[in-house]
Parts: sequence; structure tokens; C-alpha cells
Amino acid sequence: MVRLNLILLALAVAFALSVVTANHHARKLFTALEREQNRMRDLEVEWGQLQLEQSTLAAHARIERLARDKLGMRPPAPGQILSAEAP
Amino acid sequence: MRFVKFASSPLLSQALPVWRMRFVMWLLLAAFAALIGRSVYLQGFQKDFLRQKGESRYERVIEISATRGRIVDRNGDVLAVSTPVKSIWAIPEDAKLTPHQSRELARLLEMDVRELNAKLASDRDFVFVRRQVPPDVADRVAALRLPGIFDQKEYRRFYPSGDVMAHMLGFTGVEDVGQEGVELALQSQLAGKPGSRRVIRDRRGQIVEDVESIRAPQEGKDVTLAMDSKIQYLAYSHLKQAIAEHKAKAGGIVVLDAKTGEVLALTNWPTYNPNNRVRLAGAQLRNRAFTDTFEPGSTLKPFTAALALEKGAYRFNTPIQTAPGRLSIGPATISDTNPHGTLTVAEVIQKSSNVGIAKIALSFPSEEMWKMYDNLGFGTPLKLGFPGEVGGRLRPAKSWRPIEQATMSYGHGISVTLIQLARSYLAFARDGDLMPLSLTRVDMPPATGKPAFSAQTAREVRAMLELAVQPGGTAPKAQIPGYRVAGKTGTAHKLESGAYANKYVASFVGFAPVSDPRLVVAVMIDEPSNGKHYGGEVSAPVFAQVMAGALRTLGVAPDAPLTPLHVANVPPAKEEM
Repeated sequence: MVRLNLILLALAVAFALSVVTANHHARKLFTALEREQNRMRDLEVEWGQLQLEQSTLAAHARIERLARDKLGMRPPAPGQILSAEAP
Repeated sequence: MRFVKFASSPLLSQALPVWRMRFVMWLLLAAFAALIGRSVYLQGFQKDFLRQKGESRYERVIEISATRGRIVDRNGDVLAVSTPVKSIWAIPEDAKLTPHQSRELARLLEMDVRELNAKLASDRDFVFVRRQVPPDVADRVAALRLPGIFDQKEYRRFYPSGDVMAHMLGFTGVEDVGQEGVELALQSQLAGKPGSRRVIRDRRGQIVEDVESIRAPQEGKDVTLAMDSKIQYLAYSHLKQAIAEHKAKAGGIVVLDAKTGEVLALTNWPTYNPNNRVRLAGAQLRNRAFTDTFEPGSTLKPFTAALALEKGAYRFNTPIQTAPGRLSIGPATISDTNPHGTLTVAEVIQKSSNVGIAKIALSFPSEEMWKMYDNLGFGTPLKLGFPGEVGGRLRPAKSWRPIEQATMSYGHGISVTLIQLARSYLAFARDGDLMPLSLTRVDMPPATGKPAFSAQTAREVRAMLELAVQPGGTAPKAQIPGYRVAGKTGTAHKLESGAYANKYVASFVGFAPVSDPRLVVAVMIDEPSNGKHYGGEVSAPVFAQVMAGALRTLGVAPDAPLTPLHVANVPPAKEEM
């Protein structure tokens, strides 16, 4: 009788400890998840800013200015255009 | 001190009154009962309240913000995007800053110290010190650890294309709610719904457990416009150039895809920069293509011709006597700028003869003309959901006098918006049907739209309109090397306080390539005042430049023989209006 009680006590203590460990583990994982989610949000923000930067740099007005002034490009005269037909 | 054994203590042998024992026993029992009662009360009746109080010590409901959707063009180029910024706010009562601190804060926020102090001296509980500052500035403000100064996350909308697409896109206010343009028209799609969730925080403020999600945040949806940013830029830059060249007051260009009814470009002058709206006047803000009507002039002539062909009373080559270039209807007289002799219906369109088209118009009952204009959508707003759309003026047929019916055939006495005019030409660019317009990209366009004319009529009018841009027509400057082009000029006197003034609206509407029209381009220049004012001289060249660029951008195969490409190096034949 006493031995059974002791075994049950030991089991109870073991389970109690495992609950504590599991809880602790869950919280640690959750914090990690939280950190990753924050990182995701930050990256999304950064992505938005990069898109903005890209479209500012790729603005047609800027491209045209650079092409005309810096690279000395101009639209081809009609006579310089050759059309190729798909076979 | 004397020790006695407990058992032999004389106290034990002393008889005590029974009531004392009873009294102590009842007292203990009563205390016990009180304890049980109290715990039952707390555990049973007060449970929810106490639990809530407990949780409020460590649980927090936090708001999860949702971003507003992006606006992209048909090829995925970003036209509008929200990025987070911070707003600095204060509780004036708590914000007791030393002069040094307020100077420092004002310097960081790029504000005047006096302005800052005035805000902090306010007797309200909450003031915004400065809204929408970049996150790094806000972090530096937070690092100062000023009492009573806080920040909050907000979003700010950026428009990388600036003034090029201002009218189409519109803008949002500081609360991230659309106020103009597509931002307002598609507000419900673009707006995100912020969510919230309940979490447990530890002593250091870190979230340790997610208790429940109260509301999941709903991110705003991205909107893909029908617009092509390259064509839009082309239209914008050519319009700007033309306005400067002709010293015009205003203008607009609309580019439509004839196959799908999509609005590929829409630009107005004057415009504004949506990223910096400090000095913004009403005139700049107006999206004229939607909100301003004008008398279109001769650009409406082809519709009367189409009606004539449709009724069978006239054919492509039916001769009409237009000499001597004047026609009296009642007390009024209408006239041609250059008198012509006998013209065919096609030549009436090609040379844009007012007398010729008026004679044709007077051969129908007014109801029929009204029905045609109504069917083309004049007089009723397009209902694209665009803010401030108007329908123009088309009076009921019963009130038309004969002279009005005559002038209406060449676009006076009726007013339309530029987008309505562009759409009505879809009937000629397609086989007589009108597509519903769309601001957003259409992936599965309906095969046909609302019928307006028969396919045969549309083809014949197309041929007439092609004549108009050829030598002998009113707009040889609308020609594009390598493509067959068709279109019609319009030069209308402006109405000013009820009378026609010596100011003009020069317009051109056309489509290309004629063999299988892909694009409709409508150009309107308001009050060109640098010597030229005819649609064929002011608007047609703009049309040609925009159309040529747009066809190249879309990779539309040339339909004119290749030889004229080289011939076209020779300057085009000189042709007066």
C-alpha cells in the first residue's frame, strides 16, 4: 500500500515537473515566433520602402532625362525602324 | 521558578464552568463558518470579476494594424504604396519641458520653437505635435525620454510617379482614407481592417503568451489598374509640351484599349504633385476628363454621318451640295470656314463641312438624333465610380429647334466630357459596339459591348475617318509612319456667359491601326492662344505622338506597307485646315 502511494507520488511529481518544462518550452517558442513575426513585419515594411525606392528610380521622367542627357539617346527616326515578322 | 509535571498540574484538577468551554467552541466554529462563507463568496459569486481584475494585471489587448493595399499598374509597377511613419503627440499637462528640451525637440521635428510651445501650452488633453515623421526621427525623439511626449504608428501614402498620374490615382488624407481619384473610388477594396489580440506580457513588457485573437487584421487588397504607366507618361509629357507650346489654359488626353474598354492612360493639365499638397488649388485638383464638359465641335460629325448610313438614306458616295458654304436656317446662318462645292458624305467628314453635315442632320426627326446621342452615352455619367463624374448636357429632343439640330450635328449645343467622347469612338474603332470602360485591369473582356451601329456602318465611317487624316483632310498631322490612322478634328468656340467667345477648344479623337483598331486616343486642348487654334494643328500632332509611342510600347504590328516608313522621312504634304 505504502509502496503504491510512493510510486504514485513520484509519478505525480514527475508529471508536475514535465508540465512546468512544457510550459516553459512553449513560452520560449512563442517568444521566438513573436520575434520572427516582428522580423516579418519589418521586412515587409522594408520591402515596401524598397519598392518605393525602385519605382522612384525607375520613374519614366528620370529614365528619359538620363537617356537623353547623359547617354545622348533619342527615339529612332521612322526610317531607322525595321520590322521583323514572326515566321 | 518551580516545575511541575503537566499531568499533576493543579490547574487540571480545578473544575471550570461548562459554558466557557462551549463559548470557545462556538466561537471557533463561527470563525470557521465565516471563513468558508467568505471563500464561497469569492470563489463562487465574485469569480468572474476577480479573474478579470487579475488578468488585467498582466494581459493586454494590442492592436494589430493593417496596411492599405498598393495600387499597381497593369504591368505591376507600383503607383501608390503605404509605409509606416510615426506621429508625435503630447499630453500638454504632463509635457513640462525645459527650454533646452523644447529646443532640442523642435530641432528634431524641424519645427519652430514658438509653434511647438504654443501647441504644448494648449489646454486640451491631447495634441498632435507633428504628424507623419520618418521612423528614424521618431526613434530619436523617443530617445530623448521627454515627459508627456509619445508617438504612435501611422501610415503614409507615397506616389512615386508624382504628378504624372495625380488625377487618376488621387490621394489619401492623414487618416489613410481615400479623398480623390481611384483612392476614393476603390476605398473599400484598398482599406485594411485593423485587428486586435489579447496577450500576456511579462515584467519586461515582452509578450509571453497569445491568449486569443479577438479580430484577425485584414490587409487591404492591392488594386491593379488598367493603366499602363509608360503610355501614361507619354501622354503626360506630350500634353505638357503641347500646353506650353500653344500657351493653352488646360488640356487632357484619354487613351482607351479598343479591344477591352480599359482606360490605359488619362491625364489632365494643370496637375499637382500628390506627395506634396501644400499649395493646392481647385483648378489643379480637378480631373477634367471626368468632371469638366465642353462642346466637342466637329468630333461629333461622324456620328451624324453614321446615322445617315444606318438609315439607308445616304451612302458613302452620296453627293451633297455645300456651296456657297452658307446655310440659313430660320434667322440663323451656319457656314464653313472654307467653302466647298459638291461633296460626298465621305468628303463632308474628310473636309469637316458644317453645311454638309447640317443638311444631313436636318433629314432626320430630332428624336432619332437624340436616341443616337443618348445611346452613345452622352448626357449620362459613365458611372465608373470616379468622384465628381458628370454626364454633360443633352437636352430632350422635344425642345430642339431646327437650328439646334443642325448645330448639334457638328457638336455645338451639346456638351460632353473627354472620357465620354473617347468612349463613343469605340463604336467606330470596334464593329459598331460600345464597351463598358474599366479603370482596373480586365483579364476576361466581354466579346461585344452595347451595339450602337451596324458593323457595316462602322467600317464605312472608319474609311471616312481615315480620309480625314490623309492629304486633303483636316488633320494630315495626325499621321503616323507605319500605321494606318483614322480620326476627326474638332475646333469649337467656347461658350462664355451664354455667348460664343473668340476662344477655342481644339480636340482630336482617333484610333489606330485602322486594319484592326487597338487604341482610341482623345486629345483636348483648352484655349490654345499662340496663333494656332485648329484641332488639326494643335491636337492632331499630340495625338500622333502619343499614338505612335503607345503602339510601339504595346508592340502592335505596323499595318501600313513598309515602304512609306522610308518615304515618311520627307516632310508630310502641307495642308491647310
